Amino acid sequence: MTDFNLTPLLPELFLAFSALGLLLVGVAGGNRTTDIICWAGVVSLVLTAFLLFGISWERQTVLNNMFVIDQFAGFMKLIVLIGLIVSMSLSVKYLYQEQMARIEYPILIMMAGVGMMLMISAHNMLTLYMALELQSLSLYVLAAFRRNSYKSAEAGTKYFILGALSSGMILFGISLIYGFTGSVDFTVIQSVLKDVEMAPIGLTFGLVFLLAGLGFKISAVPFHMWTPDVYQGAPTSVTAFFAIVPKIAAFALLIRVLFEPFGLMIAEWSQIMVVLCVGSMAVGAFAALAQNNIKRLLAYSSIGNMGYALIGVIAGNAVGVSAVIVYLFIYMFMTAGVFGILLCMRRGNIAVEKVSDFAGLSYTNPALAYSMAILMFSMSGIPPLAGFFGKLLIFQSAIEAHYYALAVFGVVTSVVASYYYLRIIKVMFFDDPLDAIDKDIPFARRAVICISIIFVLGFIIKPNLLIASAKSATTSLLLPPKTPVVMIKSLEEDGN
Amino acid sequence: MVDFPLLTTLTFLPLIGALLIIFGISGKPEDVSNNARHMALFTSLFALAFGLFLYMRFDPEIADFQFVEQTGWFRQLGIEYHMGVDGISVFFVLLAVLLTPICILASWNSIKTRVREYMACFLILETLMIGTFCALDTVLFYVFFEAVLIPMFIIIGVWGGPRRVYSAYKFFLYTLLGSVLMLLALLVLYVQTGSTNMITLMENPVARDLQFMLWLAFFASFAVKMPMWPVHTWLPDAHVEAPTAGSVILAGVLLKMGGYGFLRFSIPMLPEATEFFTPMVFWLSIIAIIYTSLVALVQEDMKKLIAYSSVAHMGFVTLGLFTLNQQGVEGGIYQMLSHGLISAALFLCVGVVYDRLHTREISRYGGIVKNMPRYATVFMILMLGSVGLPGTSGFVGEFLALLGAYRADTVVAVFATTGMVLGATYMLMLYRRVVFGPQNNDDAAKMKDLDIYEKLTLVPLVVLVIWLGVFPTTITKAISPSVERLIVQYENALTLAKENAAALEGAPKQEEGITP
Repeated sequence: MTDFNLTPLLPELFLAFSALGLLLVGVAGGNRTTDIICWAGVVSLVLTAFLLFGISWERQTVLNNMFVIDQFAGFMKLIVLIGLIVSMSLSVKYLYQEQMARIEYPILIMMAGVGMMLMISAHNMLTLYMALELQSLSLYVLAAFRRNSYKSAEAGTKYFILGALSSGMILFGISLIYGFTGSVDFTVIQSVLKDVEMAPIGLTFGLVFLLAGLGFKISAVPFHMWTPDVYQGAPTSVTAFFAIVPKIAAFALLIRVLFEPFGLMIAEWSQIMVVLCVGSMAVGAFAALAQNNIKRLLAYSSIGNMGYALIGVIAGNAVGVSAVIVYLFIYMFMTAGVFGILLCMRRGNIAVEKVSDFAGLSYTNPALAYSMAILMFSMSGIPPLAGFFGKLLIFQSAIEAHYYALAVFGVVTSVVASYYYLRIIKVMFFDDPLDAIDKDIPFARRAVICISIIFVLGFIIKPNLLIASAKSATTSLLLPPKTPVVMIKSLEEDGN
Repeated sequence: MVDFPLLTTLTFLPLIGALLIIFGISGKPEDVSNNARHMALFTSLFALAFGLFLYMRFDPEIADFQFVEQTGWFRQLGIEYHMGVDGISVFFVLLAVLLTPICILASWNSIKTRVREYMACFLILETLMIGTFCALDTVLFYVFFEAVLIPMFIIIGVWGGPRRVYSAYKFFLYTLLGSVLMLLALLVLYVQTGSTNMITLMENPVARDLQFMLWLAFFASFAVKMPMWPVHTWLPDAHVEAPTAGSVILAGVLLKMGGYGFLRFSIPMLPEATEFFTPMVFWLSIIAIIYTSLVALVQEDMKKLIAYSSVAHMGFVTLGLFTLNQQGVEGGIYQMLSHGLISAALFLCVGVVYDRLHTREISRYGGIVKNMPRYATVFMILMLGSVGLPGTSGFVGEFLALLGAYRADTVVAVFATTGMVLGATYMLMLYRRVVFGPQNNDDAAKMKDLDIYEKLTLVPLVVLVIWLGVFPTTITKAISPSVERLIVQYENALTLAKENAAALEGAPKQEEGITP
């Protein structure tokens, strides 16, 4: 135990301790103090972000190679923190409106946040597993947070059972990987792979199990079954949280695992990823067509969007990874805006969540309707909105890696998907109005919706800010030396 | 030329107007509507004046791009904000700035709900149309080209007829599916050449193997937009359900984006594939001309009839463009501009009677020459323009296109010429049934003649149709140099490719393959 430098862990430590401190305050003060604890939580998240800026983002590993900090980790943690702040501020009022204001809510979100930040920095299979579990367990409880509601309890149970199954798969995968490489350390695994000519079949099996488990976390098809039910059953503020943050952390983890320890097995894992990606895009596009519940619809939409993000991973090059980062960042802002609007959809202080409940919103609440329309057009990838540029970068990376078929499939499913985004616009603008929705919209929701709209509309003016930071974040990842597609190609040409 | 950014100003002027309309107007609902109307009209007239000023500054002798503006945009990726016009695009810009105020005037009294949004939509649409024709960067072009879908979807869906939702969807999804394939093609071009600069791409065509797939991808987009047979089916639906001004802008400008795309992308960037696919385009054009003319013959709905006639006229455009000789290409462009004026005016004519009787069924009218003599006159001039009578702009375009076609392929030209006869048949039938004959319907017989707004919208178009029919050189003199450059570029690229192919014949096989 020589390597005990904790400086790179400062943000995580701070967040964990403030969560525990706030828990004590909450226990003393009771559920009356929920809003105070929520806002205190937001403040500590902001402080965590400042701490994150304070530490060096130069690549270094600490705690015996268990924990890594580099530009990629720093940038992804920043995105996660923004997501946490947004979802926490969106929740506060909702907790009171739905009479479920209990102090555990902000604490659980913060603990999940700690888990996610550790996931992003995991540099060892054990860190990976511990962080993943810390995050997942918080999420299971959050899904069942409205414990007197049938649906919420069902969502929590379902999520927990399937989540436990996926954790089991991850553990099994890790044990296989350990068996065949003799280590759980990312660096060691990477160097073992460097020396062997072909990866042993057992290691490939281990990788498949690990990816199946991670596929569950990012809700990629065929591991997506939980998503629609959990999204629909969980309280809307929790759904917003699920949609905005955990997937970003899971993606960061996925990217690190695939590119650092298993960077040389890209030929093996890209095949698995293609299946996940194509499946996600197809299910995301087609299954959403028949949905009438907007939360369920957004669940399928998120499955589809994860499919697009996976294209960038499959591309297997720096362009692809930076495209994924940009895509996720844009997706996070759009989703935050959409859920901000969804949380405002209340009639007579009762939340409504059917697509048909949006009917004629453009007559009764034009500002909200136009915001939603902009976000929906952006989600379906129509320029000049931000969503288009995310897709543009993703498809560019696919073409750069010669995945033409994947790119064509992606654009075709995005056209199919645009149908259900358009349906929401159609309902809001072309249908006859229902009763007006409740007028009072809390400040936090207004702010989130405004920021989201400004981001979506303004991205076109200064796209470089984000793209440049994403690019520099990618450079710190230890990418595999050459993309295999090119290698295979050149081999074939040599053969001829 | 580092001076005032004319094109950027012209492009974003309407957008500023739209923002003012959305955020700058408050008060009672009637005042808001009224102010929105005036604001939109003034903005679009201002843009028109600006467009004319641009045209005066435009030097018709130069084949190259003028008023070029170029600054970094996506610096990381080398995508630029790059604008410029040449002899081909400047007239499309003029068409867009001319038709927008006319559209706004045409909707002055007929649009009564959500006027503010309506006017904002049209101004945003104007920005996007101008931008499409000015963009010289592929991604920038795509952004403008595709963004058009948003306001158009809303215009059809909110202010359209009874089946507006179906039509709006059909329009949106059809066009989107075509365009995303073009997006992939643009990305392939970018990855292969590392450039999104349209001028560079036009001067350096990519490797032959790649051209065919790319050409088909571009074709998917432009053929839908054009629209060519058999992907034209969205157009009649969209036209029938769209409000009058929506039809005007759709037929007047949006369809031209397809033809413009062929001129800017398919022909110069992919010359070898263009040569290969030309026969296919010819036959599709002929099918479009003859088949849709026959379909137009049996239409009972005035708008649908004119929509099908648009498809037929666009057949002449594709025919002309792909003859790839001076007359043919000029004819294609001329036909696009002339169709932009004539079909826009014809839709306005339909709008005039529709506003009075709220039906577009041909049999509900008849003999209206007696109570609407001025209308009958205007309608007649436009109808004859559409038929291609000498002395109207329609004649010049079709004549040049057919002349080019005869030089390229006589059989094709013969078939296309029969299309002209059919065109005369359905237009004359439409005119006879609506304007002449007995006055069977009392309400149709009581309709009032053109009012001041209608005159304001129709008269400029009629004057232009005749002017361009009598003095075609007004615009051909500016188009010619650019077209000449296009054709020279195209032919040079082909000869170069043939030389390379001949050189490769002798060389060992292994040197083939995709060049980086």
